[in-house]
Amino acid sequence: MKLIGENLVCERGGRTVFSGISFTAESGELLVLRGRNGAGKTSLLRMIAGLNEPVGGQMELQGGRDDEDIALQCQFIAHQEAFKPAMTVAENLQFWSDFFGGGDILDALEAFSLEPLADFSAALLSAGQKRRLALGRLAMIDRPVWLLDEPTVGLDVNSTEQLRQLMRKHLDGGGIILATTHIDLGIKETAVLDFNAVDDQAELTSIGEAE
Amino acid sequence: MARFEKFANPTQFLRLQGFLQPWVTAITIILFVVGLYLSLFVAPADYQQKETVRIMFVHVPAAWAGLMVYTVMALSSAVAIIFRHPLADVAAKSAAPIGLAFTFLSLVTGALWGKPMWGTYWVWDARLTSMFVLFLLYLGYMAIWQAIEDPHRAARISSIVALVGFINVPIIKFSVDWWNTLHQPASVFKMNGPAISPSILIPLLVMGAAYSFLFLALHLLALKTEVNARKLRQMQLAEAGKV
Amino acid sequence: MKPVIAILKRDLLLAWRQGGGVGTAIGFFLTVMVLLPLGIGPDLGLLQKIAPGGLWIALLLSVLLSADRIYQIDYDDGSLEQMTLGPVPLELVAGAKAMAHWLSSGLPLAIAAPFLGFLLNLDTKLILPLLGAMVLGSIGLSLLASLGAAVTVGLRKGGLLVSLLVLPLYVPVLIFGISASAAGQAGPDISGSSFIILLAVTLVIVVVTPIASGAALRTFMR
Repeated sequence: MKLIGENLVCERGGRTVFSGISFTAESGELLVLRGRNGAGKTSLLRMIAGLNEPVGGQMELQGGRDDEDIALQCQFIAHQEAFKPAMTVAENLQFWSDFFGGGDILDALEAFSLEPLADFSAALLSAGQKRRLALGRLAMIDRPVWLLDEPTVGLDVNSTEQLRQLMRKHLDGGGIILATTHIDLGIKETAVLDFNAVDDQAELTSIGEAE
Repeated sequence: MARFEKFANPTQFLRLQGFLQPWVTAITIILFVVGLYLSLFVAPADYQQKETVRIMFVHVPAAWAGLMVYTVMALSSAVAIIFRHPLADVAAKSAAPIGLAFTFLSLVTGALWGKPMWGTYWVWDARLTSMFVLFLLYLGYMAIWQAIEDPHRAARISSIVALVGFINVPIIKFSVDWWNTLHQPASVFKMNGPAISPSILIPLLVMGAAYSFLFLALHLLALKTEVNARKLRQMQLAEAGKV
Repeated sequence: MKPVIAILKRDLLLAWRQGGGVGTAIGFFLTVMVLLPLGIGPDLGLLQKIAPGGLWIALLLSVLLSADRIYQIDYDDGSLEQMTLGPVPLELVAGAKAMAHWLSSGLPLAIAAPFLGFLLNLDTKLILPLLGAMVLGSIGLSLLASLGAAVTVGLRKGGLLVSLLVLPLYVPVLIFGISASAAGQAGPDISGSSFIILLAVTLVIVVVTPIASGAALRTFMR
């Protein structure tokens, strides 16, 4: 499987966030996105997830299910956790499992050792626990491409290690991961996509920062 | 103040509640048996309204109780705001559904009484209208508790709502009375204050006492439930912190 | 179909557990029922005449205002973003959420309304026709309100704007709903044909609004 982006251009609110971004990521590869705030890292992830339409360039997922959009073969873990405080942890996970078409909620709980909280109201969770719960969805729902936006924010050492294991397992199983992060994940990244190094980037970055 | 502090402790309160509950419940049952016997069998039927007048013995004390509980709720809210007494907002919160039920009962019995008296279930008479507004105030108070997630903030905002409502109750009553006399001269049934005969007044007062004790019994139970719910939440929070 | 049922189940559960649900909507309804006589006067004959119209307008407003937050919370907490990546198009997501709103707000209000009509001295002959017309009409009311919620989801202070956008769209439902409720007064023929037109209007709304809502949501997510 191979995810390819060619000469992608992203616009938001009439301004160019980035242009001329190209990348490839094959099965078992981790592509880390680096760059200053506002350089467009999150925008690229959202674009692959189908939440931003590219105004130029193309994307392709070779070896995936051809009949489905790329977005439907991706899992996007964003800043917001998408959990309802009025429901229990288990009910929340079960909903997302049903919605995305299957997956055992135990996998999600076990990935970050949250089993004891299954029957607790999600309102009782701390920020870090919510984060772990959101990342737990990765273990529950089976999709080949993971798009992780700052996945380690709010995680303690233990949980970061659990995330690392989860990501390794996914890569070993032939998955693809694109992640934005500032810290060293401790996994040998296959490639780094540096937004600052792209042509004309100095100018573009400053535009992005105004946002 | 020292005594106050003692009851503020939830464990102390639960002990007091455990002691009081059976007694209060027993008194409530006795008062209701006596009160209903007096109202249904001893008190005379009205020569105009016949037996339907007996609805009054359920209706009027229910309305009293509805007003009384709102007063309790407002006072508890005031204590909660001024002294930040930990049990006060629990008291206000758990009183509301009981007061709502009393008010609802007074509205329903009022409508049932209205049918034989006025020929229709509902008349926009000043008393009924005021009770209806009180019912809405209860609903609003309970809704705001539900709407705010953080319990401390919910307690504070609800207290403000209860107090503003309480200050408004007499104004609402006055304006509704004025509105009503504006449209129609007071012609509907009015209790003649001092002329009321003891054969009616006594059952009415006994029923009033019965409703008051019923409130006390239910309120103690509701307080216990609420205190336990908060303890459970605390324990769950502590437990969740360990994971 | 499973994702759609999952959303339906979740929204019903949330409506049941969270504040601001059907209890508040019925409370609002009751408040309008009090304000009407306070404004018009307690004359029972007059109130009886305006009862069906008063009930319909209270229903319109209650359904509209309870729909305010159909999408807002999901938008704020990232649920809507995740749903965009789901296996079903947003049109179906919107349909499921509108359906959940109808089941948790529109339908209970429509069932309660005619029985609360006794507050306005409603002619008892009208209760059944009013019930039928309101149950049917509330489907359209819920769907249109959810459309209003969808087109304002990304905006702060959407509340008043929703009313301005949606209330004019309520006109056909109100007109044929009232007419279909008047069975006892205007003879069976008129109310019969009004009922069929109300049905037709509802069907059009059922088809159009999920598509429009889906398109609006997609625009806001991008």
